[in-house]
Amino acid sequence: MNVAAFLATATAAGGEHDITQTPSKFWPEGYELLFGIPASVLVFFLLWKFAGPAVKKGMAARTAKIQAELDAGEAARVDADAEAAQIRMAKGDIAGERARLLAEADTQAAAVLEDGRARLTQELAELDTRAAADIVAAAGRSGDELRAEIARLSSAAVDHVVTGSLDEATHQALIESFIAGVGASK
Amino acid sequence: MSDSRIEGYARGLFEIARAEGTIDEVEDELFRFARSYESSDELRNALSDEQIPASKRQAIVEDLLGGKVTPTTTQLISMVVGSGRSRDLPAIVDKLVARASTAKNLEVAEVRTAVPLTADQETRLAAALANATGKQVNLKVVVDPSVLGGLVATVGDTVIDGTVRTRIEQLKSRL
Repeated sequence: MNVAAFLATATAAGGEHDITQTPSKFWPEGYELLFGIPASVLVFFLLWKFAGPAVKKGMAARTAKIQAELDAGEAARVDADAEAAQIRMAKGDIAGERARLLAEADTQAAAVLEDGRARLTQELAELDTRAAADIVAAAGRSGDELRAEIARLSSAAVDHVVTGSLDEATHQALIESFIAGVGASK
Repeated sequence: MSDSRIEGYARGLFEIARAEGTIDEVEDELFRFARSYESSDELRNALSDEQIPASKRQAIVEDLLGGKVTPTTTQLISMVVGSGRSRDLPAIVDKLVARASTAKNLEVAEVRTAVPLTADQETRLAAALANATGKQVNLKVVVDPSVLGGLVATVGDTVIDGTVRTRIEQLKSRL
């Protein structure tokens, strides 16, 4: 017997009862309960039996996916922390390097300054010595040139004066002087 | 010319002059001519030029000395020039003078002076040199204007220099 035939029979047996109207606002008909409850149980069983594993599997996959995302987020956070630490360390290193470079630059500047001072002092001393030597040499040269010029002029003057003053009387005086000098020596 | 040949010529000339009995005059004249020969480029070139015939060079000698010196001197010089030994004439004469001085036990004293000496000066100078060197000297006076003034005497290895030229040179050196 099918449901339509059953509903027709039940309607005929009731007679005066309208099948489009339920006796309770909240509670269905008894036969509906009779069929509905097992049907529902069956549906739930079937759902539990066949759809449950898939749902369970899907939930597990979703849980795993969420967990993976959580793990990835955690890893990203760890990486970010590590990178932040590295950046902080690098920042510290940069500050240290900056301080080291500044100190090194100061040291080099001081060394260059000291070296420059020493070199300038040495060059000044050398220039001073050279200038003194040049002055002495120039004075010597001037003195030598002056002496040479005096000697040259004196020689010319001696020749001129002596030869000009050698008259007969002087010749005779020289001869007599020579004879007397030779005669006196032995 | 080798020393032996110069010595040979000197000995020959000396013996000729001594044989002639004019050794003192000839020696003195040869000495003077030799000094003139040394100091005169023109005379030296004329007498030593091989391109000029010997007879012509001898004629030059005779023209130059004829009547001014003894004939023996002229002949001796002419002989040396004619034999082509003009360049060695001063050395030959010096050897001759040395030989003549040795023969008389004298040392040659060559005196160079700017002006001629008087006979009295030569006598006194010879005596002074003998006193200074302890040797009797055969004085040979050469008039050499290059000494400017005073005298320079050479006796053997001893040189007594009292010339103005030397004094000027010393003064220049000091200057």
